[in-house]
Amino acid sequence: MSQRQDKEYSLAGEGYVISCQPGSLLVETKIKRHPWKHQVLLRLRKLFKKKNGVTNGTLYKKTFIEHFEQAPMYVAVLTFVGFGVGTIFGYLRDFMRAWGLEKRNVAQEREQQKDFVPLYQDFENFYTRNLYMRIRDNWNRPICSVPGPQFDLMERVTDDYNWTFRFTGRTIKNVINMGSYNYLGFAETDPNALKTVTKELQKYGTGICSTRQEMGTLDKHVELENLVAKFLGVEDAMVFGMGFATNSMNIPALVGKGCLILSDELNHTSLVLGARLSGATIRIFKHNNMQSLEKLLRDAIIYGQPRSRRAWRKIIILVEGIYSMEGSIVQLPEIVSLKKKYKAYLYLDEAHSIGAVGATGRGVVEYFGMNPDDVDVLMGTFTKSFGAAGGYIAGKKGLVDFLRTHSHSAVYATSMCPPVAEQIIRAMKCLMGLDGTTQGLQRVRQLGKNTRYFRRRLHEMGFIIYGNDDSPVVPLLLYMPGKIGAFARRMLEKNIGVVVVGFPATPITESRARFCVSAAHTREMLDTVLNALDELGDFLQLKYSRYSKSSHPELYEENRFEFED
Amino acid sequence: FVCCISFWILFSQGKAPAYHLILEGILILWIIRLIFSKTYKLQERSDLTPKEKEELIEEWQPEPLVPPVSKDHPALNYNIVSGPPTHKIVVNGKECINFASFNFLGLLDNEKVKSAAQASLKKYGVGTCGPRGFYGTFDVHLELEDRLAKFMRTEEAIIYSYGFATIASAIPAYSKRGDIVFVDEAACFAIQKGLQASRSNIKLFKHNDMTDLERLLKEQETEDQKNPRKARVTRRFIVVEGLYMNTGDICPLPELIKLKYKYKVRIFLEESLSFGVLGEHGRGITEHFGINIDDIDLISANMENSLASIGGFCCGRSFIIDHQRLSGQGYCFSASLPPLLAAAAIEALNIMEDNPDIFQTLRAKCKRIHRALQGISGLRVVGESFSPALHLRLEDSYGSRENDVKLLKRIVDYCVNRGIALTQARYLEKEEKCLPSPSIRVVVTVEQTEQELDKAASLIKEAAESVLN
Repeated sequence: MSQRQDKEYSLAGEGYVISCQPGSLLVETKIKRHPWKHQVLLRLRKLFKKKNGVTNGTLYKKTFIEHFEQAPMYVAVLTFVGFGVGTIFGYLRDFMRAWGLEKRNVAQEREQQKDFVPLYQDFENFYTRNLYMRIRDNWNRPICSVPGPQFDLMERVTDDYNWTFRFTGRTIKNVINMGSYNYLGFAETDPNALKTVTKELQKYGTGICSTRQEMGTLDKHVELENLVAKFLGVEDAMVFGMGFATNSMNIPALVGKGCLILSDELNHTSLVLGARLSGATIRIFKHNNMQSLEKLLRDAIIYGQPRSRRAWRKIIILVEGIYSMEGSIVQLPEIVSLKKKYKAYLYLDEAHSIGAVGATGRGVVEYFGMNPDDVDVLMGTFTKSFGAAGGYIAGKKGLVDFLRTHSHSAVYATSMCPPVAEQIIRAMKCLMGLDGTTQGLQRVRQLGKNTRYFRRRLHEMGFIIYGNDDSPVVPLLLYMPGKIGAFARRMLEKNIGVVVVGFPATPITESRARFCVSAAHTREMLDTVLNALDELGDFLQLKYSRYSKSSHPELYEENRFEFED
Repeated sequence: FVCCISFWILFSQGKAPAYHLILEGILILWIIRLIFSKTYKLQERSDLTPKEKEELIEEWQPEPLVPPVSKDHPALNYNIVSGPPTHKIVVNGKECINFASFNFLGLLDNEKVKSAAQASLKKYGVGTCGPRGFYGTFDVHLELEDRLAKFMRTEEAIIYSYGFATIASAIPAYSKRGDIVFVDEAACFAIQKGLQASRSNIKLFKHNDMTDLERLLKEQETEDQKNPRKARVTRRFIVVEGLYMNTGDICPLPELIKLKYKYKVRIFLEESLSFGVLGEHGRGITEHFGINIDDIDLISANMENSLASIGGFCCGRSFIIDHQRLSGQGYCFSASLPPLLAAAAIEALNIMEDNPDIFQTLRAKCKRIHRALQGISGLRVVGESFSPALHLRLEDSYGSRENDVKLLKRIVDYCVNRGIALTQARYLEKEEKCLPSPSIRVVVTVEQTEQELDKAASLIKEAAESVLN
């Protein structure tokens, strides 16, 4: 990699837009608005697949635009100041608690065990005690209805600044749900839709009381696995009872000592845990950064294992389809070409992308118009788009057979509950049109429309939002810790339920709100949310973006990018 | 060296003959050459040329992603159950009495449980579409946690959406790198994975051997005296199971409590098999021994056996349990339990509370089959007489593990063909820390009648005779 490339690549971390076009294309443009600091990199990359030196088309068959605009410098400074003030007050209050000037609300160790080694280090919970506790009411809000486009919240109040909550017994009705991963709206209670689920629940009950390898493989599982394989267009699939465990209990079966895992820096905890449990060496590449990945791949093959200098047994790349905190979509075409070039294997976690992207909801593989055989291990969950629970791994028959015999989950964990399996089957059949309607397809299209509308309007209003234009996960940057609580509370006052996240789930300066657009959201609901955001954005000064529709229309008008080769 | 030689040359010049001078001249020149010549290279420079790098990349051949699995691998031909795995079960097309599923209390097809789940389905749908933190907390979850805490008589309970993930997430929430965990070598796989994720120091003690545990604790005590500063921050835990999944044995909890206070170690107890089984009210091993539940730091169990639902829970004092709400990975980062499964668990708890006799009945049945299975030539019964899951092991190995497994499979097949569904206990042979011997697991439920229990026992005896002799 040249020096120049290195430089660009570091710029990419600060704020950029990635965009690729169908047909030909590609340019890398920097938009320098404030030449000294606030530069924004507009990236349009030219990507050609070369075979025997002949260019035979681009890797991308469609427009691919991602935004990561960097906030002005003063925002970062103020964010740190905010954390600083919070920390100083935290120390002050800890001091007061230590001297008995302030009441200790946190549960205490029992007297008999006071002389044991303390279970928690004092600093371990500093952040929880002094910062999280102040805004704790914005998480774990209990709901008492289906998590559809609207839900009912149980009203709770606190008499001691969030240390404890008290339920008032009232419910807040019809809160617009912008937080649940109900992308296709299959979290529903329509008795007609749930007819088969009801029937299966009556027939099977809820439990299994055994593992897949002992007495827990039901005909229902076989049916579901065949359907999943058919849906994804692969040879075979296996399903598991929990999405998280699908990663953490199967990666260790695939790789072990002497293998190398290349993992995206923003991968989900379950992937990280699975990688760690496997005993393989783990190396991290920068988020969605192909140069970083290629460098790791080259170095790994050239230099082999550290110390022993043996060649790696195998190299596996772990990526996600849609990243849940960034809303970015994996650059799959490039990763697949890299993986082929360097003979690595690819493990793709489609937790958020299956059902949510692609013309018929078949995930990122379909989104990029690729062949499912290009990905060695297709993993996904049923929690999100399918409104159920559990996960799957799909691919070649050899792979799935191996997992049937060696997956930790198949041997030690209870298999999937039959009514849940039926919910997945009915949702999947709906998507595939096997129920005789085009309802599934309509849902996928509606989700796409809603996503683009919602993102476009937010751009227009001048918010900084991250991620791909087609990703239904929409992070809106709040930056300052103080705004997290204010934002979520005020949105709830307007009867809108949002998810806010801060450190440690995000980098310390990038606290954000995250919206999950659903096909079940009506235009009115989205407009209500958008109007509320517009108002709140002015009130809380959240409109950090230095683009607006007038100054940079090209950011959302896709046609403008059609360059000639 | 150079100085020495020069000095010697100067010294000798006075009386030296001509040939001597020439020789010395050559010597001097040689010295000069020595001084100015390039230093001797120990190693060739190791930078690879781009071409060499390309060659290396070209040459590298990875192992296949997965090794091929032979078609007759036992796990590939597993049983397929048609319909619900209840008391009467259809295994590979044959109707049997179920002696394989952990449905101890027969709640799997209980009508009350089903209708509670049905009502929940109607109200909430199936999935929760989010983790607990992000609108995945339902009123049923809070109710179930409350009910579990009350049932177990602890301050707080926390539920997970998967049984395996419960203890596997709970251990690393407390025990970190550098901490010490004393663990029974027969501990189940979920505990092993939790320990691995915690990256703590693991000390295995012999199964249920308290003297061996005390030996390790004493060793640690001497170790601590050497480095008291480190000892003050090294947390230590004992991880045991109530009834061991792999052996059916009960853990000697009263002795463990004594050791706990003597050596100041916390106890984590896995009760997946004993919850809803032991004790007068099914509260598990603490009730069985009459131990104050607050003496145990953390109890975890799954809701997949007695409660016949899905998921797991941890309970204990709030000081301990509450920590998992931000640190339990399987709790924070996973979608929450589908409400219908939580509702089923609540109803199952109701049934347990309303029918305390059920535990007595279960124990009587366990004892009956335990007694009936004694004295089968070639097979040894492993496990307590009151354990609802007991193991039948071969008295002597037939050469290799593979042979033993095959023999046991023939016994299982013999029984399945004659109407008793059994299964072998399965393990990942290469992954287990201490691989248990192969065994047939016999599971007792309250639904089995005395005739069925006797039939099963006599059939197993018959099978063992025909297969092993």
